[in-house]
Amino acid sequence: MSEIAFGSDKSELISFRIGEQEFCVDIMAVREIRGWTPATPVPHSPTYVRGVINLRGAVLPVIDLAARLGLGVAEATARHVIIVVQIGRRQMGLLVDAVCDILSTADHAVQKTPDVASDSTTQFVRGLIAMEGRMISLIDLACVLDEREAEAA
Amino acid sequence: MTQTVLTVDDSRTIREMLNHTLSAAGFRVVTAEDGVHGLDVLQTERPDVIITDINMPRLDGFGFIEAVRGDAAHRATPILVLTTESEPEKKARAREAGATGWIVKPFNPTKLVDAVRRVAA
Amino acid sequence: MDPMEAIRVTFFQECEELLAQLEEGLLAMEQGEHDAETINSVFRAVHSIKGGGGAFGLDPLVRFAHVFENLLDQIRGGVTEAGHEVIAALLRASDMLADHVSAARDGGTADEARSDAIAAALVALTEGEAHGGDEAAPAEFEGLSFTPMTVALDEEPAGAAQAAWIIRFKPHASLYNKANDAVLVLRELGSLGRIEVEVDAEAVPLLDAMDPEGAYLDWTVRLTGETDEAAVREVFSFVDEDCDLDIAAADAAPDAAIDLLSSLLAIGTAGAEAPPLLAPAIEDIIAAAPAGAPGKAETAPAKAAESAALPAPQTIRVDLERVDRLINLVGELVINQAMLAQRVMESSGAGQASDVNLALADLEHLTRGIQDSVMAIRAQPVKSVFQRMPRLVREVGEAVGKRVRLVTEGENTEVDKTVVERLSEPITHMIRNAIDHGLESPADREAAGKPAEGSVRLTAGHRSGRIVIEVSDDGKGVDRARVKAKAIEKGLIAADAVLTDEEIDNLIFLPGFSTAAAISDISGRGVGMDVVKKSVQALGGRISISSQPGQGSRFTMSLPLTLAVLDGMVVSVGDQTLVAPLTAIVESLKPRPEEVRPLGPDNFVLQIRDVYVPLIDIGQAMGFSRTRVDPTEGVALLVESEGAGRVALMVDNIQGQRQVVIKSLEANYRPTEGVAAATILGDGRVALILDIDGVVTANRRVANRRDPPAREPLARTGT
Repeated sequence: MSEIAFGSDKSELISFRIGEQEFCVDIMAVREIRGWTPATPVPHSPTYVRGVINLRGAVLPVIDLAARLGLGVAEATARHVIIVVQIGRRQMGLLVDAVCDILSTADHAVQKTPDVASDSTTQFVRGLIAMEGRMISLIDLACVLDEREAEAA
Repeated sequence: MTQTVLTVDDSRTIREMLNHTLSAAGFRVVTAEDGVHGLDVLQTERPDVIITDINMPRLDGFGFIEAVRGDAAHRATPILVLTTESEPEKKARAREAGATGWIVKPFNPTKLVDAVRRVAA
Repeated sequence: MDPMEAIRVTFFQECEELLAQLEEGLLAMEQGEHDAETINSVFRAVHSIKGGGGAFGLDPLVRFAHVFENLLDQIRGGVTEAGHEVIAALLRASDMLADHVSAARDGGTADEARSDAIAAALVALTEGEAHGGDEAAPAEFEGLSFTPMTVALDEEPAGAAQAAWIIRFKPHASLYNKANDAVLVLRELGSLGRIEVEVDAEAVPLLDAMDPEGAYLDWTVRLTGETDEAAVREVFSFVDEDCDLDIAAADAAPDAAIDLLSSLLAIGTAGAEAPPLLAPAIEDIIAAAPAGAPGKAETAPAKAAESAALPAPQTIRVDLERVDRLINLVGELVINQAMLAQRVMESSGAGQASDVNLALADLEHLTRGIQDSVMAIRAQPVKSVFQRMPRLVREVGEAVGKRVRLVTEGENTEVDKTVVERLSEPITHMIRNAIDHGLESPADREAAGKPAEGSVRLTAGHRSGRIVIEVSDDGKGVDRARVKAKAIEKGLIAADAVLTDEEIDNLIFLPGFSTAAAISDISGRGVGMDVVKKSVQALGGRISISSQPGQGSRFTMSLPLTLAVLDGMVVSVGDQTLVAPLTAIVESLKPRPEEVRPLGPDNFVLQIRDVYVPLIDIGQAMGFSRTRVDPTEGVALLVESEGAGRVALMVDNIQGQRQVVIKSLEANYRPTEGVAAATILGDGRVALILDIDGVVTANRRVANRRDPPAREPLARTGT
């Protein structure tokens, strides 16, 4: 079992559920958690961009993380949750089913992702965490928010 | 007791530099931006020392010094003239108008403070 | 920020103002205004820049400013006359000074050769001996003296051995008149070493014969310390002309002599105490003194009042960040108030005239009032942009060898700060273009019966809620034949296209267009009118040209007053709410069935009176819906687009007109075609603001993809 070093600092991670799978991201990037509000669709957007919402006067794009990870488009309901994250100078919202836990890498080691065939999901996964019988995939936010693929209208 | 210095200069930069230097030396600083404004300020302030520029709009340094010397309340207040001009005639004119002393710009902060301390009772 | 850094920033800000004051004054002098105040204002501007520059050690700037100041001093003193040549030199000097300031601020170097040349020209115009370089740097006077001393107080005196000095010091009345005080002088002597003071009070008359402003005391001080004569003399530097002063070296006195002196000291010290007692006594007497003094005090302020100009309007300086923050908060307030109004209406179901609704209407009124006032804070006159133009005109005119006069009007027209800063570029290019391409050479002009000096007019004004800026020239106008030929040559129009004069004039805005026979120095930077047009459009503005051959051209640029709020028409498209900029909308109408005509398999046009305009379904163009809205069921917005003239946009219905706060879509997301920005409606949801031209372009692309135009010619020729 090979570990991924997280540097000398211990990081805190926040985990959340999409469908039946559980994922987590570095909590330092998370700004807040909001309930679902309907998003205004923006033309010429990739399918995983649900639209934009109003976050206290700022216009924030909402990314359907399920769609982004190739797990199907989410049927957003009031029970869904938006995790507001900050990458560089931008803020974005991630649409997920529910938030689960906060865990620390001090207590749980991060394993290197097993060498399965690369697909729409694994390209975003940096590592895996085993906790209490659950498997939590660590998401690389920068990859998720990278929009290098140009989407035609 | 904290002493008060009134600085009269039309240049914002110079006013800020004087404020910076004098405040650091423990003086309380009030400012005016030309001679007319300076006279206004003197209606309500009793500075221990006045520092004034020569070239200013509305009322220049010479006029200001003469006015101050003619005012019973402030005729005994030391006035230091602050300017880049170096010709003897200008200095003599300031002296005649009643200036107590003279500081040349660019001013050396230590010397400025020494000069103020020298003339402040 | 470190205080010196902050003051440095202040200095450069002040330089901007002073340079503007300088140019303004010189231009006024050029127009013939030679009054003392104008000349003084010019002098003071250079003087202050030099003063501040010296404080920061900006040597090249100070050296140049010094030469400049000398000439100006002579002019204000009446020694040199400010004739046409002189003023031209002064204007060039002011441009150079501005370059020095910029170089100092940005850490670069100004053009030394040019600076030296202009400085030499100034010196040549200055009467009397050339001041040259030696006096260029302000003489660093050590100490604070009327007579320059070269020894510093804080330097170690040479041969710092114990020295003794006998100092005789007899103040004159004039010393006290200058608010100097013998006590203070003695105190300072005391800081140099050990002093023994003796006063001769013989001359003090009895109280009734005493002139309270007289000087009757004669001091003898023995100073022992590690000081030299220069240091001692330095103490008297302020008062040396107002007293009898004698400084002599004394032998280091043996102890016996010191004892002898000490006994004398006893008498002396009693005398030394007299002045502190004397001073308040003198003050009392002065206070009670007869009318002579007050009279003098009265005339002085009266004189001051006369020379005082009209009080300037009260202004305060505010940190721009605070203003921006305030504007954002007010924007939130407007949104919140709208949301509140909406919720109340929805939940209470009360009638329009209910108390709550009336109160809400008042609240909305107040909020709008606050918003208008706050926006006005950030409104700035375009003057700051216009002020840079005279110099530009001078430089461009010189570069292309044309004589140009610039006339400006309406520089106090106000516009939001967000727009002002972005005006500079388009205006600069339009003026460059006018001088380079519009105006003829002086020879050509004279041949045409025009004055050799061409004129360029720059005006600003408000018109129907926008700011309109015009740049016009009295040059040769657009050479239509040449423009058309060039456009055909570049494949921008068909060879046999029939165009109106206006359409030909507008060809210059097409990308890739330039009619300069030789790319001259300035326009060769690749800036064509199409670039100007793009930058104007990026501001939400429009630009057009009108021209008369042989008489000149006029460029008209219209811009929104602010980039922060927008007057919009809120519309529904499918289940989406969108906002269309009101300024782009010409009219809205409900098409009748017979006015909607199909053109080709998928396009429609709308007949409006006698004209056919393309009909665009926004839902389809933007990808909001699959199906077209039935034109007869919806509302058509007739809009003015830049690229395609008039177009009719089909929406489901109009919800209303509103002023909305513009929110950036790009800040957190990315630019989207057809979308200018976003706003937040009363229900808290985000609504997109349409970019009309973008919608038109998007529609064209969507249509082309759906239904590519046939490329094959109708008939084949040849093999």
